[in-house]
Amino acid sequence: MAVRGRRDRSEALPLLAAALRSLGVLRESPVAMAGAAILLFWLAMAVLAPLLPLADPNLPLEPLRPPLSVSADGTATFWLGTDIKGRDVLSRLIWGARRVLVWAGLATLAAYLVGIAMGLVAGYRGGWWDEILSFVANLLLSFPVMVLYIVVITRIGASPLNIVLAVTFASAPAIMRIVRGLVLDLRTRDYVLAARARGEGALWIMLVELLPNARGPLLVDACLRMGYTTIALATLGFLGLGLPPPDPDWGAMIAETQPMGAFAGHAMVFPALAVSSLVLGFNLLADGLREISLRD
Amino acid sequence: MLKLALRRFGAMVLIMAVVSFLLFLIFESDKLAVAGKVLGPYSSIEQRELWLEKEGYNRPFLVRYGEWVADALRGDFGQSIRFKAPVSDLLWPRLANTAILAGLVFALMIPLSLTLGVLAGMREGSLLDRLLSFLSIGTTSIPEFASAAFLVALFVFELRWLPGTSSMTGGFDWRQLVLPVAVLVLYDFGYVARMTRASMAEVMTSPYIRTAVLKGLPRHRVILGHALRNALIAPFTVIVLQLNWLLSGVIVVEVFFAYKGFGALLYEAAMFGDIYLIEACTMVAVFVAVFSQFLSDVGYTLLNPRIRFAREGG
Repeated sequence: MAVRGRRDRSEALPLLAAALRSLGVLRESPVAMAGAAILLFWLAMAVLAPLLPLADPNLPLEPLRPPLSVSADGTATFWLGTDIKGRDVLSRLIWGARRVLVWAGLATLAAYLVGIAMGLVAGYRGGWWDEILSFVANLLLSFPVMVLYIVVITRIGASPLNIVLAVTFASAPAIMRIVRGLVLDLRTRDYVLAARARGEGALWIMLVELLPNARGPLLVDACLRMGYTTIALATLGFLGLGLPPPDPDWGAMIAETQPMGAFAGHAMVFPALAVSSLVLGFNLLADGLREISLRD
Repeated sequence: MLKLALRRFGAMVLIMAVVSFLLFLIFESDKLAVAGKVLGPYSSIEQRELWLEKEGYNRPFLVRYGEWVADALRGDFGQSIRFKAPVSDLLWPRLANTAILAGLVFALMIPLSLTLGVLAGMREGSLLDRLLSFLSIGTTSIPEFASAAFLVALFVFELRWLPGTSSMTGGFDWRQLVLPVAVLVLYDFGYVARMTRASMAEVMTSPYIRTAVLKGLPRHRVILGHALRNALIAPFTVIVLQLNWLLSGVIVVEVFFAYKGFGALLYEAAMFGDIYLIEACTMVAVFVAVFSQFLSDVGYTLLNPRIRFAREGG
């Protein structure tokens, strides 16, 4: 036990240093830098939303004003116009960023916790554990993603928690497959044999020996998956199955505007731009990270 | 080979069986809720009890499940609550409409993505190669409903070239198909093109291509006669598996453009809580997904001589 305690303390600081170094690594790839810049922009918007001089995102002002128009009393400018209910589109975009980032982050995190646990056990234990977990994963992956989302959410209702649950159902099996594949390769390494010879338990080996060494590919996948989850949340919002109104949701903003036709084109195009740019940020970062990891 | 196909087929049947059981469990284990859905919210408990007794719902769960499966295999999925018509009468025309949409998408996407992928993979790092990876990251980042919004804003609101809905109420009109097909092709082609490019690039660095080049074969014969055959194996599986992705995109596109297809039917059924229709649509969707998986597995083995002979030898 004493040996374990010492290891933990000595590893805490280098871990932090490694995290900072890995940010510096981004400089090697312009693609990753571009992705990180887009993500930083949206992250800053999401964090600063309460501090920015924005109208209340749910407050009806003047309906269907075009972009760059000035309010009737001349005190406010609608930089991106207003939607059919007269709410400020810019404000709804920025508050929408906050919402999608929080829930996409939580949902991806939940999917990762479940997927990693399943993958570690299936890969390291093997045998019946692997058979059963792999079958469950295949079962869930046999649903087209959107069908799974629609069936689960119409059945259990569209609350934020249920959406996290649905994303976990849909994403955890794919994460499990990746982790399982990595573990099958890593478990034959000498350091795993050494840990087993030291008499470490299975849980220790999975969490301390295997998981940290699988982090590279998982990091790339996590970026991609944040993009998928963003798409999923916004698509559910568009289908009326997303996070509940009236708080802004990029997908729902498009669905509300679409029947209005040409008068409301701006209230449809800006949310579409927002969601596409955010997903682009995740995809560029993932692509850049993959490129960097292949170079080493 | 036959053994592998049979094993895959067995796995497919098993998955379908478990999915159908789970669906039945989720939607029909609560009998009173089913009766409430069918008879409407204002039906009394007595009416519901009577209906359940008449329809045989008071028999054991497993007996009901067995009967449901037997009926479904004969093509009888029960009566739709919302449309007041047999589910099978609704399902087939909608599936045909979606098949038209999907067929057009594949007819455009496959030649486009294979050509671009092969050209880019032939010369890794060339201008075309970098352009393609740029383009495909871009298009795969735009969700279907967002690209639909862009295209509608441009071609419907600004230019007024195309209609913004595709409900086909006035008979078949090809102009109504342009935007839905474009949205789906845009979202899907990038991934297939990237896979083709990766496969082609890998083949181009293999020793047998170097041999062909060094023995003095003209470049087009190296590419057409030697490289393509092997480079197209991986994209084949990707394209077949794309069917699964397409089905998700089809739901969004059909809802956006009010196209009367299978995806919109599934969506309406789920939103309305039309139990028998949801069950039927979900089973069809899962069947398409699992069957395409089966086709891609077996097709890959058939196409790839390395796997084919290794299995026959062993």
